[in-house]
Amino acid sequence: MSKKSAWLLAVAAGGLIAAGCGSSSSSSGSTVGITPTSITFGTHQPLTGPAAPGYSEIAPASEAYFKWVNAHGGVYGRSINLIVKNDEYNPTETVNVVHQLVLQEHVFGIFEGLGTPTHTKVVGFLNAEKAPDLFVASGCPCWENGVEHPWTFGWQPNYTIEGKILGQYIDQHFAGKKVGVLYQDDDFGKGGLAGIKDEVPAKDIVSEQPYVPGTTTLAPQISAIKSAGAEILVDFTVPIYTAIGQLTSFTLSYHPQLMVSSVGIDPHTVASLLQTISKGKASGTGLIEGAIAIDYLPSATETSNPWIQLFMKIHNEYEPGTPFDGNTVYGMSTAYTLVQALKAAGKNLTREKIVKVIEEQGATWKGPGLVPFAYSKTDHAGYIGGEIGKIEGGKLVLTGPPLVTQPTAGTPITPYTTPQEPPPPDGIPTN
Amino acid sequence: MSGAEVAGKLQPTAVTRRGRLVNLRGFAGSLAIAVVALGLLIAVSYLVGEYRDEQLARGAFYFAAILGLTVVMGYGGKISLGHGALMAVGAYTVALLVADEHWPLAGAIAASAVVAAFVGLILGAAASRLHGPYLAGATLTFAVALPQLGNRFPETLGGENGLTINPPAPPGFLGANFPPERWYAWVAGIGAAVVLFFVLNFKRSVYGLLLRACRDDEVAAALAGIPVGRIQTFGFMVSAACAGVAGGLLTVVLQLAQPGAFPLELSLSLFAVAVIGGLGSLWGAVWGAALIVLLPNWSHDVANSLSLSGNVAYSMPLLIYGVLLTVAMLVWPSGIQGALRRVGRLGRRFASERLIRKQPLTEQGSS
Amino acid sequence: MTQFINLTLNGISNGAIYGIVALALVLIWRATRIVNFAQGAMLMLTTYLSSAMISGGAPYWVAVIGAVGCGLVIGAIVELVLIRRVENGPPLNAVIVTLGLLIFIEALAGMIWSSTPRSYPAAFSLQGYKVGSTTILFSPNDTFIVGMVAVVAALLGLLFTRTNLGLRLRAAAFAPEVARLLGVKVGRMFTLGWALAAGIGALAGVLVAPSTFLGPHTFDPILIFAFAAAVLGGLDSPLGALVGGLVVGLVLSYVSGYEGEALAPLAALAVLLLTLMARPTGLFSAAKERRV
Repeated sequence: MSKKSAWLLAVAAGGLIAAGCGSSSSSSGSTVGITPTSITFGTHQPLTGPAAPGYSEIAPASEAYFKWVNAHGGVYGRSINLIVKNDEYNPTETVNVVHQLVLQEHVFGIFEGLGTPTHTKVVGFLNAEKAPDLFVASGCPCWENGVEHPWTFGWQPNYTIEGKILGQYIDQHFAGKKVGVLYQDDDFGKGGLAGIKDEVPAKDIVSEQPYVPGTTTLAPQISAIKSAGAEILVDFTVPIYTAIGQLTSFTLSYHPQLMVSSVGIDPHTVASLLQTISKGKASGTGLIEGAIAIDYLPSATETSNPWIQLFMKIHNEYEPGTPFDGNTVYGMSTAYTLVQALKAAGKNLTREKIVKVIEEQGATWKGPGLVPFAYSKTDHAGYIGGEIGKIEGGKLVLTGPPLVTQPTAGTPITPYTTPQEPPPPDGIPTN
Repeated sequence: MSGAEVAGKLQPTAVTRRGRLVNLRGFAGSLAIAVVALGLLIAVSYLVGEYRDEQLARGAFYFAAILGLTVVMGYGGKISLGHGALMAVGAYTVALLVADEHWPLAGAIAASAVVAAFVGLILGAAASRLHGPYLAGATLTFAVALPQLGNRFPETLGGENGLTINPPAPPGFLGANFPPERWYAWVAGIGAAVVLFFVLNFKRSVYGLLLRACRDDEVAAALAGIPVGRIQTFGFMVSAACAGVAGGLLTVVLQLAQPGAFPLELSLSLFAVAVIGGLGSLWGAVWGAALIVLLPNWSHDVANSLSLSGNVAYSMPLLIYGVLLTVAMLVWPSGIQGALRRVGRLGRRFASERLIRKQPLTEQGSS
Repeated sequence: MTQFINLTLNGISNGAIYGIVALALVLIWRATRIVNFAQGAMLMLTTYLSSAMISGGAPYWVAVIGAVGCGLVIGAIVELVLIRRVENGPPLNAVIVTLGLLIFIEALAGMIWSSTPRSYPAAFSLQGYKVGSTTILFSPNDTFIVGMVAVVAALLGLLFTRTNLGLRLRAAAFAPEVARLLGVKVGRMFTLGWALAAGIGALAGVLVAPSTFLGPHTFDPILIFAFAAAVLGGLDSPLGALVGGLVVGLVLSYVSGYEGEALAPLAALAVLLLTLMARPTGLFSAAKERRV
């Protein structure tokens, strides 16, 4: 073989190998997972198993929103695909499926990875692979450090922020009353508890009771809180345990003022669990009527809100027959933010570019959120606040105003006066 | 085969062998087997991509755990539904030693074997008189209870999020572009090969013999003067050490140790694939490890190919998995290895019958 | 003091549930010498079917009887189709078959009814009794649960010790060949044992579902602690199952209340191991140790 043909053969072989690796680079960055007509994301979710209730609705809701966008031409002609993999909330499996998604399926990035104990185990890998890790579905402060994890972005408010805002409400309206806290024994519950402690004087917190998810009873905890004389019960619980807690309180004839974080208050879910107890009463929400809650998205029960109307329309078209509740709103709102990011990044999309636009423009994006994002070069936190509301007639009625703060202890809580903008006419971001 | 050959094969080994702690000929044999297995793993790791390397790594540490189950269930005749929790012991040991005390990997993994053996000693001593479902109930409760310790001592054990270690970097001499996943496969492979070596020696040693004697007939063994309780506890310790090493290797490969990684499902899966692979045989442990790594992915692929949606799609892989477990047990009561052996025996009988038909009937000197 | 009383009452009502599920496990063990890991899943399935009946308009008691009926049928089918094939083999094989069944049923439930938990009505009021000025953690429904469990245990005990059917059941399990020679239809006894156990489990499901809600995995912890309770009390003794259930329920409740939930299963394990070290076949076991 002549030198020239050998050289050509080597170049051709090298090109084939490079093409076979499935990744390619344009001059400005990596375009893994992108074709002219599609962009592919991956996510890990607990679709089955004890952690699945509620959470398993989020990814399908995001998928429904993407289908809506795709039906309207996609983003710059690209259809958005979401590969959903089940990790059953087991971090061993999370590592497995995320490695599969990145190394075998060559996705553009990971979207909405769910869970703190699960996602923390893949953050290092994703950042080492320089794969965008967008809008993690967890309120842990783990995702906020843009310097340590430049490719990872949070989305939902830090649990401590919610705790602080609830705590401030207690301080302003229930000063001096005894407070008991029922919290999940993980980042979510402990973060919320830390926020409460930041605002409520220590002498007023008379009982702190953790529970381990999977337990079938909350009797020891509620009984202890009642014995301590708490007049206010703050719940950092998931909906099923909000309901079990209320049921136990009912048995004990214990009626404290209930305050619940955004995770645990979804009225639809909690009401349907308590409906048979309230047989004869107006609706299934008899046991949570009058509860005070915090939320950063419009409630699924707020049917007059234009965002909820938009989401219900999309829901009925693409996933009829499934419940429309807080998880649906969550999934669609996160998907909306992703489409905003894709639009802002422009037609020549690369992995580096999408990270850049979130850092540079994310804080200005308006969407279904009641409070703004914090995105910046160093701060990759999403929503930084929430709005207080009250359960009235089975619906969460926001009483406002929206408040924003930082999770660090001692930082002030300030009102956020920019009103929520209505959705764009076809429900697709225009930025 | 001629009659002379057959007579030649029946050597009276039981009479001539003395009860040495370690049979030297077996020692070299075990070493050879372990080295060959490791060599195979290293060779395969070069041929496949990074994701498969990681599957290889996971297969290696699950193999070590299933070897542990082979010791206690196959040789010892005792059921254990708690090996996932013993893996957790090893995992947390390695995580604590490497992250907090900066021990080298090899030392940490050796320590994980020791700590797990200690836990195995306690559990084995308490459970030594238990049989069948009583032991199952005790080990089941153990499997559920132990990982919760992580939540009870969140400051040291990290609570729900557990502990992490930094990804172990491949040593310099392998080159700058050596994929980390391949290094994890090698580390896990070396660990599994060491466990394999020890289990092979254990099997051929006096203790292995005594353990099997206790399994076969406890009363007869006691009458023969064997301290049944102590032997069975020792077997449990060895088994726990294997699981501990497996857990330590898990921490190395996945860089995590947390309660959510050791749910009850892990203990039950290890138990199920150990039996389905073929209890008491080391090849059975290989099939078991392959099952536990490949079966979930395979059932996901089958489910995906059915183009389902929603709840049906989510639960289909599990449905397939459950059906396969049940069917495997019904179709192969002695496990995959047992079925293969039967096929092997049928094949050999078939081949030898053909050979016999071909041979003349008269005896010849050296045929 | 109130906390102690409430924890005790909570332990008793939980313990009753562990006890009745343990009864089902004991029944299957006595009848077929197999441990049924799928017991929790089977009772979850019957509770879902019962909940579907209620959604369809059936009154509560009809749905309860329907649940038990479904349990009887499902238990019989499982025994005939699956367990019959592994009854004579190594015991580990039967365990794995029940494990496979457990996974299958939970996946099936997730497919049909999704993982969203649903409520189930209680038979009686869930409002706790008033004692003096405080309300205690025990409601009329809890009384009903404890009462039902005691009745079922008594009936089961009577069945086994006082009736011919019970004698045949025990004979079929203890010495199937001899029983066959004596004219006992062993296969039918096995099927009956499984059917009864599943029926009892179904009852347990409708008793506990109002306070735990109903999801594909809700009853998993209940099975584990019921198994511990059955082993603690002795797998051959219905009374042992009840006592075991009570002990496990109380231990879990006290430790959760005074120490923390994370340590409760470990405490249950300690109690179980200590009991088994003293009596390796459970508290109320009849089997004698053969010492050499």
